[in-house]
Amino acid sequence: MAPAAPRSGEAIFSSVDRVNAELFTLTYGAIVRQLLNDLEEVEEVNKQLDQMGYNIGIRLIDEFLAKSNVSRCVDFKETADMIAKVGFKMFLGVTASVTKWDADGSCCSIVLEENPLVDFVELPDTCQGLYYCNILSGVIRGALEMVAMKTEVTWIRDMLRGDDAYELQVKLLSQLPEEYPYKDDE
Amino acid sequence: MAAIYSLYIINKSGGLIFYKDYGSKGRMDTNDSLRVASLWHSMHAISQQLSPITGCSGIELLEADTFDLNCFQSLTGTKFFVVCEPGTQNMEVLLKFIYELYTDYVLKNPFYEMEMPIRCELFDIKLTQAIQKDRVALLGR
Repeated sequence: MAPAAPRSGEAIFSSVDRVNAELFTLTYGAIVRQLLNDLEEVEEVNKQLDQMGYNIGIRLIDEFLAKSNVSRCVDFKETADMIAKVGFKMFLGVTASVTKWDADGSCCSIVLEENPLVDFVELPDTCQGLYYCNILSGVIRGALEMVAMKTEVTWIRDMLRGDDAYELQVKLLSQLPEEYPYKDDE
Repeated sequence: MAAIYSLYIINKSGGLIFYKDYGSKGRMDTNDSLRVASLWHSMHAISQQLSPITGCSGIELLEADTFDLNCFQSLTGTKFFVVCEPGTQNMEVLLKFIYELYTDYVLKNPFYEMEMPIRCELFDIKLTQAIQKDRVALLGR
């Protein structure tokens, strides 16, 4: 039997249960606010958001694979396209574009024109170092790690800091071999 | 209608994290099910390395005279396999559906620890529905 055809991000996005966008945005805002209260240091909040994203990513990747029917990507370029075109659409309802490839195809930028996390957000002067959406970079890092790619994800542009778009730089550090035996202590 | 005897889920390091019987045949006690799981995990890995054509992702179907074993491995390394009556059709579709149930009812449960044995009641219920219900609805998806 032929494998099921890959589904588009739109198709998946429209077929799953969704919550009100405002509820989502406000809930995320409340989490960030609470973290700021609890941790006090903006740097710590960035770290915590990234860690939370990572924990989401390592679980989310399976849902992505199960529902999108995509098969193994041949290279990192295809992987980045999948994240931007299918992943973001499926989970956030927005499409991202992939740009700024470096020469050996191991580093690129994912650019978001719109971002549902920030609808009502204005960064106060006291939080200038905050990467408000740092959870997203953690999600990407966690998800890719589960499919054997170690990456480093950093924010390049952030509209909350006065830039004209959201830009995430994804750098492929190493591709772990998928061969057995996995070492017990890893 | 063809019968499904049992379902196994193995994590990426070869540990059995879920086992359940659905028929009267092929029942195993805990030790035997663990043995089947770890043997299958190893055989799957060996089959990848020994495959005459490279790029093979491992055994998908084992046919025997008294049962079939259908296996699906996700890209993240988790393996799902069912033991069923010989000649049962469309098991790939069922396994794929079980994978979706796993992402919804196991991975989204905040109290589930990754790679640990699955004890999620909702997952059990949905599985039983998927396996015992008329699978026509499933196939029409």
